Amino acid sequence: MSALHRLGRWVGEHLVLALGVLVLVYMFVPVAIVGLMSFNDQASRNVYRFDGFTLDNWLNPCDPSGMCSSVVRSVEIALLATVVATILGTLAAFALVRHRFVGRGPLNTLIILPMAAPEIVLGSSLLALFVSAGFGGQLGFWTIFVAHVTFCLSFVIITVRARLSGLDDNLEQAAMDLYATENQTFWRVTFPLVFPGILGAALLSFSLSFDDFIITNLNAGQTVTFPMYVWGAAQRGIPMQVNVIGTAMFLVAVLIVLGNEVARRRQSKVTA
Amino acid sequence: MSLVADDDATTRDDQETSNRDLRLTALTKSYGSFTAVRSLDLVVPQGSFFALLGPSGCGKTTTLRMVAGLDTPTSGTITLGDRDITYDKPYKRPVNTVFQSYALFPHLDVSENVAFGLKRRGVKDTKAKVAEMLDLVELGGQGHKKPTQLSGGQQQRVALARALINSPEVLLLDEPLGALDLKLRRGMQIELKRIQTEVGRTFVHVTHDQEEAMTMADTVAVMNAGVIEQMGPPAALYDNPRTTFVANFLGQSNLLAGEILGPDGDAVTVSVQGTTVSIPAERSHAVGGKGWVGIRPEKVMIAEVGGEIDAPGNRFAGGVVTDVSFVGVSTQYLVRMPWGQELMVFEQNTGRRPIFAVGTPVDLSWRPEYAFLLDASQDAKAGVEDGDD
Repeated sequence: MSALHRLGRWVGEHLVLALGVLVLVYMFVPVAIVGLMSFNDQASRNVYRFDGFTLDNWLNPCDPSGMCSSVVRSVEIALLATVVATILGTLAAFALVRHRFVGRGPLNTLIILPMAAPEIVLGSSLLALFVSAGFGGQLGFWTIFVAHVTFCLSFVIITVRARLSGLDDNLEQAAMDLYATENQTFWRVTFPLVFPGILGAALLSFSLSFDDFIITNLNAGQTVTFPMYVWGAAQRGIPMQVNVIGTAMFLVAVLIVLGNEVARRRQSKVTA
Repeated sequence: MSLVADDDATTRDDQETSNRDLRLTALTKSYGSFTAVRSLDLVVPQGSFFALLGPSGCGKTTTLRMVAGLDTPTSGTITLGDRDITYDKPYKRPVNTVFQSYALFPHLDVSENVAFGLKRRGVKDTKAKVAEMLDLVELGGQGHKKPTQLSGGQQQRVALARALINSPEVLLLDEPLGALDLKLRRGMQIELKRIQTEVGRTFVHVTHDQEEAMTMADTVAVMNAGVIEQMGPPAALYDNPRTTFVANFLGQSNLLAGEILGPDGDAVTVSVQGTTVSIPAERSHAVGGKGWVGIRPEKVMIAEVGGEIDAPGNRFAGGVVTDVSFVGVSTQYLVRMPWGQELMVFEQNTGRRPIFAVGTPVDLSWRPEYAFLLDASQDAKAGVEDGDD
């Protein structure tokens, strides 16, 4: 039996597995290349090629001028936009699920619009708004912040709304029946049960805000965020430190996911 | 249970000096043009096991929710002893509820669920009480589990413990056994009754299961379309129903159309298809004109044509057996009478004589003291379908 034949049979028997592995490879090869290039001892700025191993990029991540300040700016905007969008969005979700008011139906549909509209449309409308409102000269940190809150809001409202409408009304009634005041009912029962949704919405907001380019670019004025820095640098040859930032962000995301998984397992082990 | 005994001792004084009955007066709940509960008057004596029985949509759950404070009455009052609690917030009432869906807090473990009410009222050390309560519902040592890790029956008992630990003056049970399978349900019925006797609290139990209501409750109120049709001890309701709904919903009844002839001493005489029967006056709920003569299937006696029947009442001849169901301890017959109606007959299988075959001509009779008389203006089929489950 030839080796080729055997391979063929193995693939036949493990088709689903093989396809799954291929998909994973497809998904993670770009990430792996970014990770690899973060250790690249680049010979020429214009050729994106692995020339040799070095730790220099990791030891001096802020060497390229303007890069680290753009990262700090992006993180600042993302944190601020996340906090504001999460608070406003959570309140809005409660209003939409818990209260009956005029215009509730249309509003439920309208809030999806910023999510559904192409970013270029949202970005240019915001620019038109800022300019016509007389903020054309002040484009920068705060206009980016306002723009990010706008599109993050939709995601927060939809995430929290889904969690909230899945909540059993009886739980809150049971809490009130068991001597919890409205306040206690909210903090002891409602909030803990909705919290995973709020947390998920916040993480999503942060990641959406941090890597947004199109809307940001239109409303940034002279301010440079990290995605804009990478875009600009790409035209002249990307500094390898960009890969360091990319890899670091990826590792943070992995740590969050792992941490979540460990916490979940520990909890189920305790209660098992 | 020492926990419960302690609580009783501390509250006994004011219970003795003041009456702690739960009293609903002219209680009404409307949703727009739909009236869920219609001017309900009800007294639940302190310490009793009270069942609100009725088909779904009859208003029994709405009534319960108003007592719990989860729904606000449109009009009327709810008092507990001398205290008017009609508009009190749920957390201000000495009333706790066992929800139909249990409504256990999924983010808290069993102990935390049970301790919830005590904690909200500022009790610091709940450990001992929680352990005691879990023992009472036979869930000792399961306190660290999450509700989702328990079976339906166990969840139900956690819900019960979570309510009972607060020593409520009134415990409300909203179809608490509805989600359990039949065998578990029978077990929990006995269990609930035991716990109620042990803690001596007022239990108000809402159910659509007539057997459950009769097994457990001291007093049953049969509810239909927002009003209470009849209320009393289970045996009294069963033996002497006042409406066709009660006659059919609580067990089964044969209802025969008759002409009321008039009072005759302590009885009322009625002509049924040419035969005169008499019904005790206290079981007669119709005056003059037409009426339904009711008789429970197990009270009807059956014999071969001309055979001996141990009943001094009048005999209905000309019946033919149309259906026989053998159920071990008893046999259920359907007998077609000359006027076309099919009557139900349940007979114990004493072995005195063989079971009748389909097509056998038979005579029927019953003792007059078991019959009842209802007003003919009511639908003879009211409550029939609902009583099946």
